[in-house]
This record gives sequence, structure tokens and C-alpha cells, in this order.
Amino acid sequence: MPKAATKRRALVCLAMILVAALYLANTRAAQQKEDVMVTSNALGRPGGTLTLAVRSDPKTLNPVLAVDETTREIIDCMNADLIHINRETQQPEAALAKSWSISHDGETYTLHIRRGLRFSDGQPLTADDVVFSFQLYLDEKIDSPQRDLLMVGGKPISVEKIDDYTVRFHLAQPYAAAERLFDGLAILPKHLLESAYKAGTFAQSWGVSAAPDQFAGLGPFRLKEYVPGQRIVLERNPYYWKVDGTGRRLPYIDTLVFLFVPSEDAQVIRFQAGDTDLLSRFSAADFSVLQREQAAKGYQLEDLGSGLEYNFLFFNLNNLDGKNLPAITRKQSWFRDVRFRQAVSAAIDRDGIVRLVYEGRATPLWSQVTPGNKLWLNTALVQPAQSLEHARELLRGASFSWSSSGALLDPSRQPVEFSILTSSSNAERTKMATLIQDDLSKLGMNVHIVPLDFQSMVARLLNSFDYEAAIMGLASGDVDPTSDMNVWLSNGGTHLWNLTESKPATAWEAEINQLMNEQLVTLNYGQRKLLYDRVQQIVADELPVICLASPHVLVGASRRVGNFHPSILEPSALWNIDELYVH
Amino acid sequence: MRRTYKFWITLVLLAGFHLAIFFAGFLAPYSFSAQNRDFSYAPPSRIHFVDSHGKFHVRPFVYQWITVAHRYGSYEENGQKAYPVRFFVAGAPYKLAGIFSSHLHLFGVDTPGRIFILGTDDYGRDQFSRLLYGGQISLAAGWIAAAFSILLGAVIGCLAGFYGGWIDDVLMRGGELFLALPWLYLLFAVRAALPLQVSQGQVFLLLIVVIGMIGWARPARLIRGIVLSAKQRNFVTAARAFGASDAYLLRRHILPQTYGVMLTQMTFLVPQYILAEVTLTFLGLGVGEPMASWGSLLASLQQYSVMVSYWWMFLPALLLIPVFFGYYTLADALQERVKSVAL
Repeated sequence: MPKAATKRRALVCLAMILVAALYLANTRAAQQKEDVMVTSNALGRPGGTLTLAVRSDPKTLNPVLAVDETTREIIDCMNADLIHINRETQQPEAALAKSWSISHDGETYTLHIRRGLRFSDGQPLTADDVVFSFQLYLDEKIDSPQRDLLMVGGKPISVEKIDDYTVRFHLAQPYAAAERLFDGLAILPKHLLESAYKAGTFAQSWGVSAAPDQFAGLGPFRLKEYVPGQRIVLERNPYYWKVDGTGRRLPYIDTLVFLFVPSEDAQVIRFQAGDTDLLSRFSAADFSVLQREQAAKGYQLEDLGSGLEYNFLFFNLNNLDGKNLPAITRKQSWFRDVRFRQAVSAAIDRDGIVRLVYEGRATPLWSQVTPGNKLWLNTALVQPAQSLEHARELLRGASFSWSSSGALLDPSRQPVEFSILTSSSNAERTKMATLIQDDLSKLGMNVHIVPLDFQSMVARLLNSFDYEAAIMGLASGDVDPTSDMNVWLSNGGTHLWNLTESKPATAWEAEINQLMNEQLVTLNYGQRKLLYDRVQQIVADELPVICLASPHVLVGASRRVGNFHPSILEPSALWNIDELYVH
Repeated sequence: MRRTYKFWITLVLLAGFHLAIFFAGFLAPYSFSAQNRDFSYAPPSRIHFVDSHGKFHVRPFVYQWITVAHRYGSYEENGQKAYPVRFFVAGAPYKLAGIFSSHLHLFGVDTPGRIFILGTDDYGRDQFSRLLYGGQISLAAGWIAAAFSILLGAVIGCLAGFYGGWIDDVLMRGGELFLALPWLYLLFAVRAALPLQVSQGQVFLLLIVVIGMIGWARPARLIRGIVLSAKQRNFVTAARAFGASDAYLLRRHILPQTYGVMLTQMTFLVPQYILAEVTLTFLGLGVGEPMASWGSLLASLQQYSVMVSYWWMFLPALLLIPVFFGYYTLADALQERVKSVAL
């Protein structure tokens, strides 16, 4: 009897070994067929849950329609792009496309897609999915926010399938760093979305209420559950196309939970309490609060230095003919005088802003490119310290004078008095305004601060032009100057200080136009750098925007998060979510 | 007897508070807007009698705060030089009641020393000075808004109560409409629609008047009730029989009956509207920088980092408790007096 049992056990063992060997051979074969990307990250421990907080519910889960930051952050965890900007090196690198080549004239891009990849529902990825995705992004009726990016030289990029794993993109004109355009453009499953697209209901597909089995993506995670007002839960995508050095398929984490926590303070408190593992986009003051408990609670806190956000003061230089705003029109004779703008800039205590608004966690700025943007920063720009004497000299040169009580008078002996709009929800910019108000009062200027809710402020800045000056901040999504075209071109949609120009209003704006358009079609980095250096010089001299400071990018992670390498590019803590793991 | 005692003590305390706030310029060592960018969030100055050598001084003195090794917001005392507290010193110019210019301050220390008895805010402004100056704005806001409410309430309440009928219906239903009005949104709309050239002070005054005007419904209801009962009294009927006009009746016989209610309502409404000002500032609709109000002093506490880092930012809130307590005690006491007079 014991003999028979041993024999049977041996047989069972043999069978199991055979099955395991077959299985291994099979997966090995599948992996060889599959063009996976091997990452070089430090090895992590698989499994576990990572929790983080975002400000609001996602508005949609459709990558073609998503606009706001929170929505994109969640969607990006479930999708992948052909060419991706590495957030650490700031350079484009192969993603779903294994390689790409550029024609000599710079107008044709050929991309070779990795073979054997699968969507998170197990269906294969082919060139048809890529062509279909770009069809969606370029469709005028769908009106995707990415559509503008894909217009080169006024014409949409065209896409052509060469074979199942090769696609070719044609551009109307050479376009510098065109490969950066592919970043963030998710490739979508044709087999799931084509019917909705053909039926004309694409705008309603992949909304937040759609069931998880309707989705499929190429990102590290896929949708598991969405509870409105509380959380969205993502689970590991078993078909993800990256493996680590030992061949283990990424991501390491099994479950990713986004909690909806509407205020920054509440997010900080939840992080402190250990409810969340990652924290980004919080103020320097909160950074100090967390720092005090860092030793006891053992978080990882990182000050990454200046990011890409630049905050600035600007004056209303719009053409107000026919707007019936006589008071502002009168003051525009000061605002248009570059010496007036230079005097204001010279009187501003940028170091004070850095110290009092950001507790030192910011960098003073004199032009739009921040020190975080190492590839494009013009390091030759002079950074004059605050000088009230120089400011007075400039004003005197522009025929301003002072009354006996010290009030500044314009050339027609009217007192200089103007208001600065700020958004009441942004405490930091309101604080900057208060410091500037005090600085300018030393020149005899009487400055009022008008905090408005964000919507009313934007309505004044973009539509009614009923404002005198304002403080705003902009942050480019990418380091490349091309991403800021709409700010600097005189007919750009974010050319905030003057949105009424049909042709450049000043010689220097004409020069900026010419420089920006030239860098766009120049393919050599060195030449482009020279052109963009000149743009920075013009901005620093002519001061269409008076740059103030660039806040540092601050991020935190709990002790148990491994492979935490935040970057200054968004999403700073999540960009390597596929490599993160929990201890 | 005890009741009278409480009443007078409260009255004297409140009067003291109001006087202090009226003489803010004299009592405050600095201007409400003077920034000291090297003393951002400096804790209250410590008043010393014994110096670092253990020697006793009759005249109190302070040491200067210096930043600890470039760490923002942490300070230590520089024991090198003592700054004795002096009285009746010359300092920043101010105007008393908007008329009399002066340089004289009750106390201060020699520059470059600074004395911050309640610490400083993020711009390094003296919180004590801002508390006193802020009181001028907040109390004025409370009084003006309350006066508007009572005035409108009295007129409308008298008309409704005296004439009754459809006038009463229209006015009182209108009042209910005002009670149901989401006044915060109304204020947002008013602020967003105003032209930029209006100064912050004017904007604030306007918002206060708007609040006051919206708040008439509650006093109007009370006054209407009193008028209703008063007009049926025998002496009113008698006067009417003698041919007295409506205006005469209202002025001579009915209105005096409502004075007590008006007074108690006023003491209730003033602190209520001071709080309304705090709410406005919380929402960014209050007096703009660099002006101070009690609302703006409290508003900084909305930030979690301020709340957990700088304990002295709570002091203004603590000091306001007796003021509100005083007003409500006064209102209580007045109400009882009115009752006993009526009986």
C-alpha cells in the first residue's frame, strides 16, 4: 500500500513538472514574440496597494476628451503613447513605438510599433489602432483639446499605415522636436470604440459611468471601480508591455487608489495621517509643517528645485477702441511706456517674494524660462537686484514727477494709481500682490489689489479687458519652447497682455513672432537655442510680462514607497508609477 | 441689584474696548501696514526685567529677534543689545478720528529694535497694531450694517403693523423673500460687477450696506408685532378719536413703544454683523490688503500650516471673545430692562 502511494505521488510530481515546463516554455515563447521594453529601474517587490489623493472626480475617462489636470493624471495611468518624454532626462524615448526615423526634409516620421503587445483586455495592438486613434484626435467634430497640437503649419498631421507594425506621419512643414508631440497621446483600442465613433456617439463613450469591461488601454493599470465623490480604483494590467531586469512584468503594484480630497490642507492632513502614500502640488508652508514631523513619521520629502511654472505681473496693453473704458485707456499711456514697466520691475523685491511667499522654496525670475528648464534657459540674462533709485531714474526719464507728499505724478500731473487683479483662491499670488503694492508705494504709486474669484478674473482678462494689471502664473507642460507658442505669438490664445492684435503691435512683438516661427522649423538644437535665447532677452528687456518667481516642485511619499524618483515635469510623483513598489 | 451690577460692568468694559480702538493710532506702536520683511511670523516679543547677566532693571526691555540659520519662521533672541520699552515715543504718523495728526505713541522701543507684543503676521506686520486698527473697520462695519437694518426694519415694520391689510401682506412676504435670499452669492455678484476704480474701502462699505439692507426682515417682524399690539391700546384709540393724524400717532405714541426692541436688536445685530465681516474676509470679499480688520486677522487661520505653526495667530481670536460676550450680555441685560419697564 505505501509503495503504491509513493508511486502515485511520483507520477503526480512528474505531471506537475511537465505542466510547469510547458507553461514556462509557452510564456517564454510569448515573451519572445512580444517586443517588451526592459526597464533599468531598481528591482521592486510585487504586490500591494498605493493610495493617493487628487482634488476632484475625473470628468471623463476618455483620453481624447480629457481637459483638466486631475482627469489627465488618472487617465495617464491607464494609457500609453507611442513616444514618451522621459520625465527624468526630459528627452523623448521609445514607448509603444520601438523606434522611429525622420526623413531628411524633416516632414515625414516613420514609427515602428512594438510587436505582440496587447491591450488590457487581451486584444492585440496593431497599426490600425494607431491610425484610428489619430483619426479621433484630428476629428474636427470631436474637437479634442490635443487637436491644436497636431496642426503643423496650419494643416493637420496625416497618418498612413504601412504595414501592421509601421505607421508614417506626414507634416506640412518641418517641425522641431515633432517626436515630443506624441507624448500623452494615448493609443486607443479600435475594436472597442469604432462602433461608437461610426454611430457618432464617441463623445458619450468612456464616460465616468461606463462599466470597467468597456475599457481597454495600454497603460500599467486598468479600471476596477469608480465610486463617485469618494475614489477610483485601478488594478494592475496583466498585459503591460514593460518588464524589469529579471523579466518580471511591470507594474509592481496590484492596486492603485485615487481618493478625492478637495483641498490642499485636507490632502496634507491625510498624508500626515498615513492615509495616502504620495503627495504633490502643495505649498512651501505645508512642506515645512511636514518637515517638522519627518523624522518621527519617516516620510520622503523632496524639494526638486524650480519647476516650469512662472508667475508674473502684466499690464493691460490691449487695444481698447470701442470698449468704453476711458479710465483704463488713459492709464495705458503709462503701461505702454517700456520705462514705466522697467521701473516697476526694478522696484520689485523678488527676493522678498521668494522668502515670504515661498519660504525660500522658489527662484526669482527675470524672464519666462525657469532654471528648472536646463536645456533652454538663457544663462546670460542679467538679474538686476531691486533698485528704487534706478526705478526713480527711469520714471524721471519718462517725464514722471513727484508731488510734495511723495505721490508719483504722470507727465500730465495726474497721480499714478492702478489696480492689480489676483485670483482670491490663490493665496500665493495675492501675497505677491501685497508685497508688490508695498514696494511700489515706495515709488509713490498707489496700487489697489482686487482679489476676484477665478472665473470673474478670467472673464476680465480674456473677454472684457476691463482690468489694469494682473498677476498670473503659467506652466508649460513640456520644456520645449514650442509648447509655449500660444503665449508668445502675437495672435496666440494666451498672449495675455494683448489679445487684440491682428498684426504685431510693436517691433519687438514682431521680432518674437519671427523668432518663434523660425525656431519651430529649425531642426538643429544649437540654432534653436540661440533663437529662443533672444526671445528671453526681449521678454526681459521689454517686459510684456514682469516675471517674479518660479516655485519649487515639492513632493512627498510615505516611507513604504520604493523607486520614488520624482521629476519637475508633470506628473511629478506618478511619472514612473509602473516602477513604484511598496515595502 | 446684581443684574444692574453686571450691566454696568459690561458697559464699562465695552466702553473701554471701544475707546482703545478709537485711539488705535496712539496705542498701537506701528502702522497697520508697516511690513518688516525680516520678521515674518515673529513670535511675541518677550518683555524682560532681568538681563542676560542676571541684572535687574526697573524699566522693562526686549531683545531683538534674529532668524535661526536661514530657517524661515524660526527665531531666537539676540541677547547682545537690550531695547528698553519707552513711553510716549515719537513714531509713525497717524490721524485720530481722521482729523488730528500726531506722531505720539503710548509705547515703543528705539529703532532698529521692534516690539511685537502679539507677534507678527506673514509680512512681519505687528499683530497688536493690526488688532487695534482692525477693530475700527470691524466695529464700524458692525454698527453701520446694524443701523441700516434697524432703520429699514423700523420703517417697514411700522408701516406693516400700523396699516395692516394688503400693505402688511406685501411687506412681510417681501421680508420672507429677503430672509431666504442667498446673500453670499449676491455679494459675489456685487463685487464682480463693480468697476476697478472703486477703492477697496468703498467696496467694503458698499458690501456692508448691502448686508445691512438685506438684514432688515427680522427686526421688521419684531417691530411690526409691537406696533400691532400698540395700536390697539386705549390711549392710541383715544388719540385717534381726538383726530390725531397717522403720522402723529406713529411718531408720538407708537414709535416710542418700539425703542426698547430696537435697542436690544441693535446690540444683537452689531456682533452678528462683525461676524458677517469675518465671513466676508474668509471669502475674499473683505477689506483688501494692506488694511486690517478682525476678519482678515482671523482669515489667516484658515491655512493649516499657520494654525499648526504659529500659536500667536490665535491671540486676536481669543481677545475677541470678551467683546462678543460683552455685547450679548449687554443685549440680555437690556432686554430684561425693557421687559421690566414694560411691566
